[in-house]
Amino acid sequence: MQVNIHAPYKDRVKQALNDPNLRVAVSNATDRMTNARLDAMGAVEGEQLRSQVRKMKEHVLSNWPDYLEQLETNLTRNGCTVHWAEGIDDAQAIVRDIALQNSADLVVKAKSMATEEIHLNHALEDAGLRVVETDLGEYIIQLADEPPSHIVAPVIHKRLEEIAEVFQNKLDMPPTREPTKMTSLARARLRQEFFAAGMGVSGCNFAIAETGTICIVTNEGNGRMVSSMPPVYVAVMGIEKLVPTVEDAYLQLQALCRSATGQKLTVYCSMTSGPRQEGDVDGPEQVHVVLLDNGRSRMLARGYGEALLCIRCGACLNACPVYQEIGGHAYGGTYNGPIGAVITPALAPEIGQFKDLPHATSLCGACREACPVKIDLPRLLLDLRSDLVQEGAAPKSEAWGIKSYASLMSSRRTYENLGKMASIGSNLYAGMSGGNIKLMPPPLNGWTAYRDFAPFAKKSFRQWWRQRKKLQGQT
Amino acid sequence: MHKATFEQRPKRVALFVTCMVDMLYPGVGIASCELLEKNDIEVIFPEEQTCCGQPAFNAGYRDEARKLARRFLAIFGPLVENGEVDAVVAPSGSCATMTSHFFEQIFLESQETELAHQAERLASVTFELTEFLVDVLGLSSTGAQLQGKATYHPCCHLYRELGVDEQPRQLLDGVEGLEVVDLPHADDCCGFGGLFAIKNSGISAAMGRAKARNAEQSGADAIVLCDVSCMTHINGILSREGVACRAHHIAEVLNEHLGSTLRQQSQPEPAQADHPRRWGD
Repeated sequence: MQVNIHAPYKDRVKQALNDPNLRVAVSNATDRMTNARLDAMGAVEGEQLRSQVRKMKEHVLSNWPDYLEQLETNLTRNGCTVHWAEGIDDAQAIVRDIALQNSADLVVKAKSMATEEIHLNHALEDAGLRVVETDLGEYIIQLADEPPSHIVAPVIHKRLEEIAEVFQNKLDMPPTREPTKMTSLARARLRQEFFAAGMGVSGCNFAIAETGTICIVTNEGNGRMVSSMPPVYVAVMGIEKLVPTVEDAYLQLQALCRSATGQKLTVYCSMTSGPRQEGDVDGPEQVHVVLLDNGRSRMLARGYGEALLCIRCGACLNACPVYQEIGGHAYGGTYNGPIGAVITPALAPEIGQFKDLPHATSLCGACREACPVKIDLPRLLLDLRSDLVQEGAAPKSEAWGIKSYASLMSSRRTYENLGKMASIGSNLYAGMSGGNIKLMPPPLNGWTAYRDFAPFAKKSFRQWWRQRKKLQGQT
Repeated sequence: MHKATFEQRPKRVALFVTCMVDMLYPGVGIASCELLEKNDIEVIFPEEQTCCGQPAFNAGYRDEARKLARRFLAIFGPLVENGEVDAVVAPSGSCATMTSHFFEQIFLESQETELAHQAERLASVTFELTEFLVDVLGLSSTGAQLQGKATYHPCCHLYRELGVDEQPRQLLDGVEGLEVVDLPHADDCCGFGGLFAIKNSGISAAMGRAKARNAEQSGADAIVLCDVSCMTHINGILSREGVACRAHHIAEVLNEHLGSTLRQQSQPEPAQADHPRRWGD
């Protein structure tokens, strides 16, 4: 069963948990990627690399406006057109207008989370354009009409059999389960699209401020095709994806490739510093760079600036035991896993729009351990929970429950009396159901739906302590 | 986190037993107390202690967490500051994380700097039980004997927040007769996560079942761990799923509370219905 991303959170989670294939597909793939990451980071001074990248990104953030201006200046000097987009509507309009002005009926795209964030495909399709995703994974989910479920592995939730089915239904592929045959078919189709496209769109893994260069990394070369074959190339870039120098770009590239797929380097790293110059044999005639805010400066102002250090490698998703159980679609936003649980609400106009996400975590810390920039994701999630409470977005019953608990626990006498009552009550109840409690009233039925509960002790530790003290006093 | 170094071997500690141990698992508190006393540490139990406030903090209720944190500091702070005890010891990585990591944070946030400093000073002498036994007392074994096969589950707060992992493993290796086997995917969270277990009970239980499958695969008779909260969750799942293996707190293993062998102990309970039960079913 597929997860309906438009369903309410609880339903999405239920759908995900009820799909046994999903867990197998996701946990096998994430395990593989985690092991690859550990090997690749272990092959270099991984800890040092993490510290260096973090320091570099922190430096960028503390000089954010300066570097953005430097980037704009250098991109413009190189002949690119720079556009600033505050939100989804502006960004959609900018890209749509570029396409319409250039009569580009067919748009080819490299994989990009920023364009997912602004729902670009739908906006362009609504304007009558045809949009083709050219990353194999993205191509598959576009055919299946689904959003990506992982930052770097968009089709991670599908097994080979399901992909074969999509190809058979949508591309009239003869039945086969051979990945090579399926890939060849996609390759042949996509090749024609590259030739015919009037515009190429990509995201931006990072931009180098000192040179005015857009960098995208891919393993299929589709990023190179998208950025060099059509006459018009548009890169949509989140405004935090900046590095100051070429040297810093190399640093980030290492951390990104090693953390994302466990590669030393991706097969392609495509760098575009401007449109085709006189005498160049290829390259686009126009290069546009859309600098997208869409909540990023708001996120910084709200106190979640640390999440802007993220380089979108997906390592935290792979490490996350929650993500392994429910996959990406259950999160319901563009970004999923631990980083998605932080930035989806933190980027949104109101944190409370995504009040379930900061709770979709056991706060185990595996994400922080995996993060190449050492983002303290558990702390950010805890802060979001606190903000939800401050904003009154938490359920009233929960607020009442926690407040009562805090008052009751403020008095030793009350605490002890409650403990005695719980002991008597739970032991009576457990006695009736064979030693363990198997059913409790709401909200504790959340516990007993899946687990038993042992009754309270008949004699508490403090009772033992007092008795012992009394006995010792007697001797 | 800056930890105090002791010039002289500590003589007296305050036991922060935690509310769950106090009310649900007194045996763990007794074992902790006896383990310390066997090693010539005098134990004080400040009877005013209740809960450290972690559930409130975890759920996002910082004011309520601060209320209980202030109370906790008023009970334990003076004992340390007046030199009545040399350290605070807790048989829980999670509650020790709350008092030694998060207290300072929430008081800095509310700009109660004096309390933040007090929390910081208290944190420097707060230890999880196995951390205290190994790092401070220099123990490598408690001299316990236990026949059987066990595996170790590193609880998340203990492992990732406090960085305590070698200490409990070392003490477990020191138990005579006990074969310690690897737990596949040992450092995956068991799915407890406090309020998470209620709010997202489906996901939490799925994570718990993954832990149960791995425990079964390890072939161990028992899962040993250092937090009773995770223990409650894991045992709740194992019991519901009808798996014979059980989780035990390390203090009870190290203090020989489980008898002479794990195998006789773990009698399989009848398997329960596979489908989740709901209130009103």
